[in-house]
Amino acid sequence: MAEQQPQQGKRSNSRVIAWCMAGVVGMFAFGFALVPLYDVFCEITGINGKTGGRYEASASSQVDENRTVTVQFLASNGPGMSWEFRPVVRSVKVHPGESKTVNFFAANPTDHAMVGQAVPSLSPSEGTLYFHKTECFCFNQQPLEAGESVEMPLVFIVDPDIPEHITKLTLSYTLYDQGQPANVSGPVRADKTTNNNG
Amino acid sequence: MRVHAKRAIALVAGLLLPAVVMADWTMNMTPGVTGTSNEIFSLHMTILWICVAIGVVVFGVMFWSIFAHRKSQGAKPANFHENTVVEVLWTIIPLAILVAMAVPATATLMDMYDTSESEVDIKITGYQWRWQYEYINDDFGYFSSLSTPRDQIENRQAKGENYLLEVDNPLVIPVGKKVRFLLTANDVIHSWWVPEFGVKKDAIPGFINETWTRVDKPGIYRGQCTELCGKDHGFMPVVVEAVPEEEYIAWVAEQKEAAEVERQLTEKDWTLEELMARGEKAYASACASCHQPDGSGMPPAFPALKGSQIATEDMAAHIDIVVNGKSGTAMQAFGSQLSEVDLAAVITYERNAWGNNTGEMVTPKEIFDYKNQE
Amino acid sequence: MSAVADTHSQEHHHGPAKGISRWLLTTNHKDIGSMYLIFSFAMFLLGGSMAMVIRAELFQPGLQIVQPEFFNQMTTMHGLIMVFGAVMPAFVGLANWMLPLMIGAPDMALPRMNNWSFWLLPCAFLILVSTLFMQGGAPNFGWTFYAPLSTTYGPPSTTFFIFAIHIMGVSSIMGAINVIATILNMRAPGMNMMKMPLFVWTWLITAFLLIAVMPVLAGAVTMMLMDINFGTSFFDASGGGDPVLFQHVFWFFGHPEVYIMILPAFGAISHIVPAFSRKPLFGYASMVYAVGAIALLSFLVWAHHMFTVGIPLAGQLFFMYATLLIAVPTGVKVFNWVTTMFRGSLSFEAPMLFAVAFIILFTIGGFSGLMLAIAPADFQYHDTYFVVAHFHYVLVPGAIFGIFASAYFWLPKWTGHMYDETLAKTHFWLSFIGMNLAFFPMHFLGLAGMPRRIPDYALQFADFNMVSSIGAFMFGVTQLLFLFIVVKCVRGGEKAAAKPWDGAEGLEWTVPSPAPYHTFSTPPEVK
Repeated sequence: MAEQQPQQGKRSNSRVIAWCMAGVVGMFAFGFALVPLYDVFCEITGINGKTGGRYEASASSQVDENRTVTVQFLASNGPGMSWEFRPVVRSVKVHPGESKTVNFFAANPTDHAMVGQAVPSLSPSEGTLYFHKTECFCFNQQPLEAGESVEMPLVFIVDPDIPEHITKLTLSYTLYDQGQPANVSGPVRADKTTNNNG
Repeated sequence: MRVHAKRAIALVAGLLLPAVVMADWTMNMTPGVTGTSNEIFSLHMTILWICVAIGVVVFGVMFWSIFAHRKSQGAKPANFHENTVVEVLWTIIPLAILVAMAVPATATLMDMYDTSESEVDIKITGYQWRWQYEYINDDFGYFSSLSTPRDQIENRQAKGENYLLEVDNPLVIPVGKKVRFLLTANDVIHSWWVPEFGVKKDAIPGFINETWTRVDKPGIYRGQCTELCGKDHGFMPVVVEAVPEEEYIAWVAEQKEAAEVERQLTEKDWTLEELMARGEKAYASACASCHQPDGSGMPPAFPALKGSQIATEDMAAHIDIVVNGKSGTAMQAFGSQLSEVDLAAVITYERNAWGNNTGEMVTPKEIFDYKNQE
Repeated sequence: MSAVADTHSQEHHHGPAKGISRWLLTTNHKDIGSMYLIFSFAMFLLGGSMAMVIRAELFQPGLQIVQPEFFNQMTTMHGLIMVFGAVMPAFVGLANWMLPLMIGAPDMALPRMNNWSFWLLPCAFLILVSTLFMQGGAPNFGWTFYAPLSTTYGPPSTTFFIFAIHIMGVSSIMGAINVIATILNMRAPGMNMMKMPLFVWTWLITAFLLIAVMPVLAGAVTMMLMDINFGTSFFDASGGGDPVLFQHVFWFFGHPEVYIMILPAFGAISHIVPAFSRKPLFGYASMVYAVGAIALLSFLVWAHHMFTVGIPLAGQLFFMYATLLIAVPTGVKVFNWVTTMFRGSLSFEAPMLFAVAFIILFTIGGFSGLMLAIAPADFQYHDTYFVVAHFHYVLVPGAIFGIFASAYFWLPKWTGHMYDETLAKTHFWLSFIGMNLAFFPMHFLGLAGMPRRIPDYALQFADFNMVSSIGAFMFGVTQLLFLFIVVKCVRGGEKAAAKPWDGAEGLEWTVPSPAPYHTFSTPPEVK
């Protein structure tokens, strides 16, 4: 083993270790920083199809009457989620800039109260930046009593700046089971009924 | 001794025969039946030939040295060890070749990403371990599961021609039309691939992906799941039937009618025998991969149904777990996946098969009421 | 193994300790290097047995030997053990043995940390391998452990898997710090950076890669741990997370990781080819710059493992271009090795046989890598056996043959004996044939449409699978011959000179064979 390292060698070793450890800690932090970085990057570029939070519509939104964009709606259940969940209309044609409201139907067929959370995903991802939700049932958790059903609104605007080549957007919601209601945030609902057929 | 040898050979040959007869020595990618698959094929062949050419030159020089510059043959070593010109050349030239490759590759990729102006939209959902196809503009959908019998997989029966690449309900699409696929998954990441279309896209739970194809030739095309998704990743094939447009339109009409018939079947009066027959099929398709054809399951992840409490005692609990699933386990909510008829049939089957023999049955109408109860 | 006798005259020196405490407590780089090498070979045989199970099941269509759940455990553990237990520790072992000798240093900079770095590994692997016997079985989600298969749907042993990865990561990071400190601070006077041997250069750069990416892996598995046990949703859409985020974090580690697994081999080959060509390495400076360029570029290409995930077009194009670019410095290295051989005076002892096979077969692996880089084509290759063929070509005749070549090259220095050349050549030829039989058909299988990670397949894939399995069995059995050769060499053989290879250069050849327990207590003068 090393008989004795010159003093200079020992100091150099400490320096190297210090720098390396700084690198290690920095890269570990970077790994975790990738999480918010990824979110920010996706928000700015719209890349992963996440449509972002509530949009504040400006009062004067120009509506482009010259073109229409088809917005298609899909609904899926998360694993083990037994609710009925579907869009009331399959698709709508909108003018960019025009505010549109559509509803999604959800029903809890089980014998106990449950809470659901819808998570949206939009395709193509380059359209995400141009799809604004002013009101969405996905902003909140949705509690439903046993047997209860509800029609939940989505109010959106397609941005007038949306590129010409995007003529169809597909908005897909996945509904997840969040368990039994404990402290649930207020639901957003258009029309609450308790009969069977929504 | 001779007799034994002959018998041994016959046995071995017999076991190998299906493999030998059906197998082949395909060495290359298929050009496929779409514009995309053909473009990909030419990119593939181009890069392959470029690699072969570079390999021939480089290995050629090396083999020459191995042959001509051996110490044992008296070769004396030269002393050169640097040459900037040559280094620059063999940096720039490969770079140029790669830039040249990147141009057509970029064009093809841009084309593959252009999903606009589709004529048919189909939602594909990956489940453990089958695909669900939903024709979203025509309001019907169905599951597509492997139909190769377990006996073939476990070597008790000779393997059929489309072993592991056959399903009960293939996807049907029209030839010559742009079909857009919207992909997602229910549980883990799956991936939908049809080699002859040149189409592959990951199906990610909670997210929607899209891709497209336009098939030039009618036919049956087979692919597989291409993302490890659990135990039966290798057992959830993709089968697509591309048919002429008129046939497609007729088929869609048929399917919509069948969905309606299915809804009416819910009202009909079923006998135990009818439910059992239907249930056996539904069980084989939707349940057997986890709970096993003989009901013995694979505990602890997949409980046994044969002789189990759930299938012989509490009927309400049995219905609940089939329709609503069990949160936190692999047991999915089949209420949204199977029709009321199939749900009733499967539950009836489970309560009477494998010696469970409860004599009980549940009707589709009862399931319908259960799903819509207050 | 190092010699027991000590040739120094200092009175306070004694020979190495006796018995088990020698190995538990040693801070000697030669002892530690030997332990790493023995450990890695044991892991190679263990991971290899799992490959034998895989290939036995894939010998014919149908499920004959194992159930799909267990098959998935085998593929996962095979990958984890080979990557983290065989290849990486082998290169660390070679580094430990050879770096101080090559730079004229008496030992590694941090000898006690060196001991801990090693002993962490058997602990980590005990934990990892024990998962095979836990309820629910071992990890079964592939060595790439994508979420949510590995988080929401993973077996109970997943937490132990995460723990083992953390321990291995700590070991690698400490080893990397040691390598950097040693190379930067302990070179003999006169050895400036551009006079360092290539193996030293490639290990210096590899160590920086390790420091940069092992912590990111640690971050990824920690996020996994939190998702599984502490209710977070990094990778779970229902909580606002994203499974694709996992892939980005994993491959940010994963791509540099594959360069970590090959750069030391590049370095070793850059010693062996000149030695057996009796000619200096062609283009020393550009070889160094090429390794640097490869290391830098390796951080920019990770999403080429994710072309089918749904990344937008701009991203796909960027990663395609960056990946194509990385072929250029790699190609330069191959050309330089061939030019080193050209007009040399070649002989083909075992190290050179493995080195030549490395150049040819690693390049073939590089070609399939280039094909995979073409993003649109990758949609047909991704997650098929074409990818399996690619990475086995760069890892088996790449990393593993590089390790065999190094072992044969340096065994005389380590043991003082020449190994049995005839047996070694046999090991080479059987490995070469077995390996090619095993992996070349996989290119065809992938192109014909066979996906990865499946325990059973359609009938059109049967023929090549059978050939591949036969090759794999051949390759596997042959490695027992290597064990025999090494043990035989340790125990005896023709006495080795200080420089048994007449074309070899470097400080390591100036010390006797076997190298004394302590070397270069006084640093040599480097001209």
